[in-house]
Amino acid sequence: MGKRTVIPFGPQHPVLPEPIHLDLVLEDEKVVEAIPQIGYIHRGLEKLVEKRDFKQYTYVAERICGICSFMHGMGYCMAVEGIMEIEVPERGKFLRTIWAEVSRIHSHLLWLGLTADAFGFESLFMHSWRLREEVLDLFEQTTGGRVIFSVCDIGGVRKDIDAEMLNTMVSVLTRMEKELRDLTDVFLNDMSVKHRTVGVGVLSKEKAQETGAVGPMARASGISVDMRTLGYAAYKHLQFEPITAEAGDSYARMEVRIGEVYQAIELIRQCVELIPEGDVITKIKGNPNGEHFIRLEQPRGEVIYYVKANGTSFLDRFRVRTPTFANVPALLETLKDCDLADVPILILTIDPCISCTER
Amino acid sequence: MSILSMTKTLFKSIVHGPYTQLYPIKPRENFERTRGSIENDIEACIFCGLCVRRCPTSALKIEKAEKLWSIERMQCIQCGYCVEVCPKKCLHMRNEYTTPNTIKVKDEYVDARVSDN
Repeated sequence: MGKRTVIPFGPQHPVLPEPIHLDLVLEDEKVVEAIPQIGYIHRGLEKLVEKRDFKQYTYVAERICGICSFMHGMGYCMAVEGIMEIEVPERGKFLRTIWAEVSRIHSHLLWLGLTADAFGFESLFMHSWRLREEVLDLFEQTTGGRVIFSVCDIGGVRKDIDAEMLNTMVSVLTRMEKELRDLTDVFLNDMSVKHRTVGVGVLSKEKAQETGAVGPMARASGISVDMRTLGYAAYKHLQFEPITAEAGDSYARMEVRIGEVYQAIELIRQCVELIPEGDVITKIKGNPNGEHFIRLEQPRGEVIYYVKANGTSFLDRFRVRTPTFANVPALLETLKDCDLADVPILILTIDPCISCTER
Repeated sequence: MSILSMTKTLFKSIVHGPYTQLYPIKPRENFERTRGSIENDIEACIFCGLCVRRCPTSALKIEKAEKLWSIERMQCIQCGYCVEVCPKKCLHMRNEYTTPNTIKVKDEYVDARVSDN
């Protein structure tokens, strides 16, 4: 046994967009153990339900995270709708699905860029983010915001998208898809990229189940788990299968996410074809009383919302279990026996969102 | 397995030229729906205070006696909730942002008209 050394990794590190601290216990160049520490960006957003009424909190819920902001707002609204037994109009549900899927494209493109940056492929990083920019423009055109949309409301959505804009969205995404093929070809086939990802950080199916991995992390290890199959919003009307891979390494996780970008484009096409005419929001009356629990599929995986209300305009409790929080044990599992030089890549392959985790 | 997979994209980029634009010289155009900043048509405002009560960040204030409506620009998150609840529809969302600043800016709107009686 070699001499053991402890290397602190983070909270500030070039590869980390957000602060997380890991104590890496090393034997020579191999990581033996990693001890995580969070708590650098805790904002107490769950406690804020006591100070902001349940309608105002819609805007706070969106701000839990800057990447999956739409789905945080949507999850919170769906939980409150569940308590108040509100039926969202079909068009509202379809619009929510469209925005959720566009969010998925935006999140995965961001992740692809960051990964390229982590293994030092700068031009690939720039091109991924260039394509993401077009998606952000679509968001700004339809909702008014680039990353925070303020468009989801209890009872439906606050803004409608007309038929012309829906077709523009599809044509922009179709054009983008062609350019994306060239880029994802680099991610999947380039020798230097494969050298950094294939066989790195293998998470077996059993370990993924044991550590409770969610989202692309679990799907890359061969577990077909996708909350969209529960059929919330308009997903029950759409045809899709969860994308999985068997290898469980960093390359498989990349493969799954790339597959999901194309799947999201396809789902948006299906939505635009199927979207019915009608209202987008139901008016709500009174205050919620009761409790509700809901699960959604965010770009990073399964997210859980729990809302407890007491009949006043202030909620009793709001709880979020975010996907990154669930994926941290799986990350620690993959870090065991890896090289020190692979640690940044492995931390990125769980698609860490520390703001979500700490709320 | 290839070592030249990026070449196609790189050649395209060379032919295409820069994808970015020279920002201050060529400003970016905002979209119609862009949530830029809140404006108040103060002459139509009845100072009911509904916007102040609903604002999630407490960025708005009114002084009914002085007919004053004010907004803390740095505190406002442009959610548009005030625009939605305004009974007189005197509040609206402009699609242009306020200028960036290093100090906290508070904009005040005063209805200077003298009442008839």
